[in-house]
Amino acid sequence: MKKKALSLLLACAMTFSLAACGNSGGDTQAPAESTEADSDAEAGGDAETPAAGDGSVFKIGGIGPTTGGASAYGIAVQRGMEIAVEEINAAGGIGGVQIELNFQDDEHDPEKSVNAYNTLKDWGMQVLVGSVTSNPCIAVAEQSYNDNMFQLTPSGTAVKCVQYDNAFRMCFSDPNQGLESAKYIGENGLATKVAVIYDSSDPYSVGIYEAFRAEAANQNIEIVSDAAFTADNKTDFSTAVQGAKNAGAELLYMPFYYTEASLVLAECSKQSYAPLFFGVDGMDGILSVENFDASLAEDLMYMAPFVANSDDEMVKSFVGKYQEKYGEIPNQFAADAYDCVYVVKAAMEEAGVTADMDASAICDAMKTAMTAITFDGITGKGISWEASGEPNKAPLIVQIKGGEGVAL
Amino acid sequence: MMGFISYLVNGISLGSVYAIIALGYTMVYGIAKMLNFAHGDVIMIGGFVVFTAVSGMGLPPVIGVLISVVVCTILGMVIERIAYKPLRGASKLAVLITAIGVSYFLQNVALLIYGSNTKSFTSVVSIEPLSLADGAIIISGETIVTILACIVIMIALTSFIKYSKSGRAMLAVSEDSGAAQLMGVNVNATIALTFAIGSALAAIAGVLLCSSYPALTPYTGAMPGIKAFVAAVFGGIGSIPGAFIGGILLGVIEILGKAYISSQLADAIVFAVLIIVLLVKPTGLLGKQIQEKV
Repeated sequence: MKKKALSLLLACAMTFSLAACGNSGGDTQAPAESTEADSDAEAGGDAETPAAGDGSVFKIGGIGPTTGGASAYGIAVQRGMEIAVEEINAAGGIGGVQIELNFQDDEHDPEKSVNAYNTLKDWGMQVLVGSVTSNPCIAVAEQSYNDNMFQLTPSGTAVKCVQYDNAFRMCFSDPNQGLESAKYIGENGLATKVAVIYDSSDPYSVGIYEAFRAEAANQNIEIVSDAAFTADNKTDFSTAVQGAKNAGAELLYMPFYYTEASLVLAECSKQSYAPLFFGVDGMDGILSVENFDASLAEDLMYMAPFVANSDDEMVKSFVGKYQEKYGEIPNQFAADAYDCVYVVKAAMEEAGVTADMDASAICDAMKTAMTAITFDGITGKGISWEASGEPNKAPLIVQIKGGEGVAL
Repeated sequence: MMGFISYLVNGISLGSVYAIIALGYTMVYGIAKMLNFAHGDVIMIGGFVVFTAVSGMGLPPVIGVLISVVVCTILGMVIERIAYKPLRGASKLAVLITAIGVSYFLQNVALLIYGSNTKSFTSVVSIEPLSLADGAIIISGETIVTILACIVIMIALTSFIKYSKSGRAMLAVSEDSGAAQLMGVNVNATIALTFAIGSALAAIAGVLLCSSYPALTPYTGAMPGIKAFVAAVFGGIGSIPGAFIGGILLGVIEILGKAYISSQLADAIVFAVLIIVLLVKPTGLLGKQIQEKV
C-alpha cells in the first residue's frame, strides 16, 4: 500500500514537472542563467514564441564547460562575456537594443555541447559565442552551419572549428601556434636540441606539435625526444622527463594545458633537470594553480594573446572589473570571451542588423561584415578577419619572472 | 643499463601508488563483495582535506593526515549507511550503479566547494630522496614512504583479519553472510567497519598519491582509482598481497612500456597484459579458486 501511494506521488510529480517544461518553453530559465543586466530587458523577452527573435533584445548564446575537468575555461569565458554584456547594456546596447546572454554548460563533451546548442536555439539565440573547447566546438560547428547561425569561438583552436563560412575565431589556430613558437625559438636561438611532450588524445596538442615539427626543420631545431601522454594516462611524467634528460635536450616544448604542465615541472625538479621551458596558450593559468611553487616555473615562456598586468587602458579596466566581481585575475579565456562580445557588437553595427531579424539573415549579414571590420580589443590591436574565419593578429610571448607573467 | 634501472625505479614508484589504492579496493570487495567505484573519489576528498588543513590552515602535515583519516572514515561510513545499506538485498548491478553515482556525487561536491582550478599539493613527506650511482638513479622520499606504508598496511590488515574478533567476523561475512548472521555475527556492523577501514586507507592513499603527483583537482582520484581497480583484479581481487603485487607490476609494465615500446601505447600494453593474465588465470595472480555452489 505504502509503495502504491509513493509511486502515485512520483507519477504526479513527474507529470507536473513535464507540464512545467511545456509551459515555459525555455524563457523561464533565461533569467536565472543569464546576467543581472538583462533584467530590464526581460519584460519584453517573456511569453513569446522562441525560434525567431522578438525584436526587443539581441539574444546571444554562449556554450562552454562550467563543470567538469575543463571548467576553468568555461567559467572564465562565461564571466568575460557577462562583463562585456553588462558594459554594452549599460552604454545603451547595440544600436539602442539591449543584449540578453544565455550561457549553457557542455562539460567539455561534444554531445552535450550539441544539446546545449539546441537548448539555446529553442531559447531564440541569434548569435553564438562558443564553444570554448575544440572538440565540442567542431561538433557544434556542424549544426550551426546547417542552421546558418553566426558562430564566433573565443578559444576553439582546432582548424576544423571554423571550417565553415559561418564560423570565426578570436584566438590563434593550433598550427599557427606551433609555427610561431618554432619560429620564435629558432630566430632567437633559444635552443637547437628540443624535446617535446604532447597529449596524443587531444587534437589541440597534436595539431600544435605537428606544425611545430614541420617548422622546426626549417629553423635548424632538432627534436631529440618526443613523448606522448593521453587523457587517461597523465599523472606520471617520469618517463617522458627522463627521456628528454637522457637525450640532452636544452629546451622542453610543452604544447598542452597547465594542469599537466605543473606536474611536468614538478617532475623535472625532482629529477634535477632544468632546461628552458616553452609552452603555448594552454599554459596560461599556471600561476593560478593554488599553492603552486612559482619558482618551478621561473623563466618559463609561453605564447599568449593577453597579459593581465599590461599597461593598456582597456586591459586595466577589464582586469579591474573582473577582479572586483569575481575576486581573481582573469586569464586569456576570459579576455578572449570579453573581446568576442565586442566583436559581435562591431560586426552587428557594421552589418546594420536589427533585433527582429532571424538568425540566418543575421548570419548572412555578419559574415560579410566580419571581413570588413578592424578590431581593437584586449587580446590585440588592429585585428582583422579572413573569410576563412582566421584572425590576423600578432602573437605575444610571455615569460614568468619572479612569479609573474611579463610580456617579452 | 642505468636507464633501465632508473625506469624500473620509476615504475615501482608509480606502482606503489596503484598498490596502496588497490589495497582499499580489494579490502572492500573481499569482505562486502561489492565494487566500490567511489573509492577513487574518497581518495580525492582525503587529498583535499589534507590540502585545506596543511596549506590552508597551516597545521603540521601529521595532524593534517590524521584529520583526513578521520574525515574519510566518517565519510565512508556515511556513504555505506545512506547509499549501500538500503540496497543490501538488491542485485549486484544496482549496487554497482549506485557506487558510480556516489563517485559522480563526490566529484561534483568537491567541484562546488573547491572549484575546478588545479591546486598544487605540498608533499607531506620530508625525507630526502635517495641518490644512487652518482645521481643516475633517484628514489624519491615519497616512493620510499609509499612502499613502506603499503607493507605496513598489508601486514596490519592481514593480521587484523586473521587474529581479531571483528576480523574473523569479516571473513565469516565474506564466506556466507546469511550463515554468519545465523551464527550471531552482526553483518551490518561488520560491513560498516569494512567501509570505515577501507576509507581510512583511502585517506592515506590520497595523501601519498597527491604527494607523488601534486596536481589536485576534483577529478584527481578518478583515473588512478580505475587503474588501481585493474591492479586489484590483476593481483586477484579480494587478496591483500595480490593487490600489492598487482599494483607494483602494473606500474612497472606501464613505465617500461612507455619507455621501450611506445609512449602512446602504454595503456594498451597494460590492458593487454591484464587480458592475458585473466585468460590464463581468471581469478588473477593470487586469487582464490572459488567453487560455485550448485
